This record gives sequence, C-alpha cells and structure tokens, in this order.
Amino acid sequence: MRERLSLSRDKRKSSMTQNDSPAQSDLSRASSWSPSPRELERRIQRQNHARYRVRIASFTSLIFIGVIAGGIYFSPGRKVVAETFFDWNYGREVSHLVFRGLITNLTLTVVAAVCIGALSLLLALARTSRSAALTPVRFLATAYVDIFRGVPLLLTILLIGFGLPALRISWLTSNVTVLGTIAVVLTYSAYVAEVLRSGILSVHPSQRAAARSLGLTANQTMRFVVLPQAFKRVIPPILNDFVALLKDTGLVSVLGVTDAIRAAQIEGSRTFNYTPYVMAAIMFLAITIPLTRYTDYMLKKSIDRQNAQGTA
Amino acid sequence: MNVLEVHGVRKTFGNEVVLADLSLNVPEHSATVLIGASGSGKSTLLRCINLLDRVDDGVILLDGVEITDPLIHADGVRKQLGMVFQSFNLFPHMSVLDNITLSPIRVHGVEKSRAEDEAITLLRRFDLVDKANQFPDRLSGGQQQRVAIIRSIAVRPRLLLLDEVTSSLDPILVNEVLSIVRDLKADGMTMVLATHEMGFATQVADEVCFLDAGKILERGSAQQVLENPQNPRTQDFLLKVHQAGRL
Repeated sequence: MRERLSLSRDKRKSSMTQNDSPAQSDLSRASSWSPSPRELERRIQRQNHARYRVRIASFTSLIFIGVIAGGIYFSPGRKVVAETFFDWNYGREVSHLVFRGLITNLTLTVVAAVCIGALSLLLALARTSRSAALTPVRFLATAYVDIFRGVPLLLTILLIGFGLPALRISWLTSNVTVLGTIAVVLTYSAYVAEVLRSGILSVHPSQRAAARSLGLTANQTMRFVVLPQAFKRVIPPILNDFVALLKDTGLVSVLGVTDAIRAAQIEGSRTFNYTPYVMAAIMFLAITIPLTRYTDYMLKKSIDRQNAQGTA
Repeated sequence: MNVLEVHGVRKTFGNEVVLADLSLNVPEHSATVLIGASGSGKSTLLRCINLLDRVDDGVILLDGVEITDPLIHADGVRKQLGMVFQSFNLFPHMSVLDNITLSPIRVHGVEKSRAEDEAITLLRRFDLVDKANQFPDRLSGGQQQRVAIIRSIAVRPRLLLLDEVTSSLDPILVNEVLSIVRDLKADGMTMVLATHEMGFATQVADEVCFLDAGKILERGSAQQVLENPQNPRTQDFLLKVHQAGRL
C-alpha cells in the first residue's frame, strides 16, 4: 500500500512540473489537465466514506424514531390523548375561531414591532452617546433598560393593564388591547435596545476614526458610518426577538384580550377537548418556523460576510 | 510658510512616554517623512495632529492657528486635514464612489452630482474608475488603499497625513500605492508620512525625521539621514532595515 502511494505521488509530481511551466497559458493548462490516478483513487475513497456516513446516519435515525414512536404507542393513555388533543374534525370546526385570535396576535405583533423599533433605537443611541448635555437622558435610559429587562413580562402586563386605568387619567385609554401592547413594547424595547447597543459597540473604532478624520461630526459618524453597519450585524438577533415577540403577545390574554391562545382556551374549557390548543400551536408554528429558518439563513449570511471581510 | 508647526509636544499612555518634547515644521508643498521602529511614536504624532489623540503638553499650529486649544472646533480642524490609515478603513457598507463622496457632500456641502463628477475624475486619474460602484471587499488591498487615499484628498486637504499606508500590502501592491503618493507630491500636496519604505522616502522626502522613543533624534534631507546618519541609533536602525532587505 505504502509503495503504491509513493509511486502515484511521484507520478503526480512529474506531471505537475510539466504543467507548471510558465510558458503555458492558464487556458491551455486547464484544458490539458486530467486527474491523476491518485486523484481518481481519492475520489472513490471519498465517495465510499460518504456512503458509509449516510448508512450510519440512517441507522441511528431509525432507532431514534423507533424508540419515540414505540414509547408513544405503548403508553397507557395514548387513546385518551388522541381523542382529547388530536380530534381533527373538531379541530377543523374551531380553527376559524382560533385563527381570528391569531389575527389579533399578528396585528399586535406588527404594531408593537414598529413602536419597539423606534423606542429601542432612541434608548440605544441615548446609552451610547457621549454628549454632556445628554447625561440625564443616558442615566434614564440605563435605568429604564435595567428595570424593564428585570421585571417579568407577565408582571409588566398586569401592572400596566390594571395599574394605568386605576390612575383615572381621563385621556388615557382603558382599552386592554392597547394597554397590553404598551406593556409588551416597554419590555421588548429594553431587550432590543441592548441588542442594538451591542451592534453599535461592535463596529471597530477605526471606522469611527476614519469618519472623524474626514471631518464628519459625531452625529454624522453615527448616522452614516456606525449605524448602517450595526444594523446589518444585529438583523439575526433582532429577528430572533421578533419571533419571541409574536409568541409573547399571547400573554396579553391575561387582560382579557381574545388572542389565539385565549380563543383556544375558551373553546377547550367548553367541550373539555384540548384540540383547539393543538390547532393554536400548529398555527404559531406555521409562522414561526419559516421565520426562524430565515433567521438562521440571515445569521449564516452575516457570519460569511464577516469572515470574507478579513482584516477590515 | 509653514502649514504645520509642532512645538514641544508630549504624549503619554499611562506611564509610557510616547512623544517627548517633539518639534517639527512642515513648509507648504513639502513632504516630511517620519521613520523609526514600531512604537517610536510616528502614528501617535499623526493621530495627535488629526486631534484623534489629545496631546499632554506642547502646541500644534495649523496655518498659524493653535489646534491644540481645548475650545477649538475639532471637526472644523479635521475638515482641513486628510488622513490615510495603515488598515485602509474604508466603509464596508458603501460603494467606492460613496466612500469618496461622503465627506464632500455631508461635510463640505458640495452638491452630489458635482462631488460624484470630481470623484470619477480622481478615480479615472488613478486607474480605478471601473471600481466606482464596487464595494471595498471586492477590491485588492492595493486598490482599497488607493481608494482610501482618493477619499482623503477628495476634500482638498491643506495637509495629508499618511500612516504607514503600505505596511499591510505585498511588494507589488506597495508600488501602486506609492506611485499615487508620488503623483500627489508632484501636485504640490503638503504631507507628513510615516513609512518603513526607505527607498520611497528618498524619492519624496524634503525632510526625513528619525524618531526614537518619542523624540526626533536626527533630521535632514533624505541623503543626510538615510545615507550618512550621524546618530548611532539612526545608524543602528538603518543597519537593521538594510539587513531586512528593505533599503
């Protein structure tokens, strides 16, 4: 074996020196090349190894799926669960009710996302600014982020939903959907602001130096040089937060908003059949899975871009 | 007339004295070349002139105006200066053309169409016009640095600062970058350069300054300093440069 290896290596070496003569143009070199015996041998080895890997993967997957399927099939409550959670006829019946609730979730998500975008950008800019005049704003922004990241969202929703109307300020709405949205916006802005801030801080100081050396002011540097680069980098984590936001809008149901989860709950407690919950879960998944796949895709793209940039 | 005057400048980082009582005059249309080992203070001096770093003592005058005055409008000073960095520092999210026109449009209030025309003229002059709409990551290091130089001269600076602009390039790319700098010198651009390219220093320098531990130990024409150095430390440095094959 070793003899064969060294032999074919020698062959390759001699063919290489022939091909590498500088008089030959790139084109003729490409057309005159044909794989050496050693290369052909390697391709077969690689192919065999790939097939071996597929066999191993299929084998472990089969065992894995078999164990789970068997576990479910032989569980004593299988029949009851199938009836109370997976009654598809009943599920089809209630799907429009759950779907109407889901529309509420989606509307809430979109409206909240817009508000979160604006508020979190202001917070991030306030926290990263170095201006003397903005010192109190910087302090306030830090306190805000600390507080709203630290209080559970459910608690914030309850406090805003029941606390604000109790103030009896005449111009303030008592619409629970609006109040719930405000609570979600307040909490998520704190999260997103921190993501944005980390993006701003991740832009290399040399970019700032280059911008300032061209005479750009601190504000212009932020607007034209730092923020565009920061935005690009935080797209994946922001999309992540967006998916979480969509799911967390369900929490406003504690104020009495009929969202998808609440609608399913109402139906389920009426008939003691929990298929509506499963329907709600399927509907959420139908939206969140494409979103998370897209997030992964964006993340991969952004990592590739950073690797390609090298020293920049 | 001196475009730049540096009087007794001192700069420390913690306990480390980077610039110690350093003085320098740069007459109009002249090129001053700073040589010296890494850490001798060349880059720090350039950053202090550009107000990217604050001096701890001494005075820097630009066209007779003290720019080390704490109340001076730093952005206004930088408007008159161009700076090119060792690591190019192009803006990766902007095309070559946008990189060049950003400052003319946003800082100098030049109309967009005129700024772009002028940028194209510069790009054509330095053989880069076909790259105008490319993004920096599609360019070679030499092309990136040439764009960075064009970006810094697009605002017609009074003084151009070049900080080891060829240190991260291979020998072939070094040459294409240096040829731009030679052209600018021929145009009469006033400049201060930090470099390790001694042959190049000989070609463009009106004055060569050898920096060591934050002081200018020896200064004079390129011939005086590079070929007939008097100070033993200069001799030692040049000997090492020579041994590395870079003279």
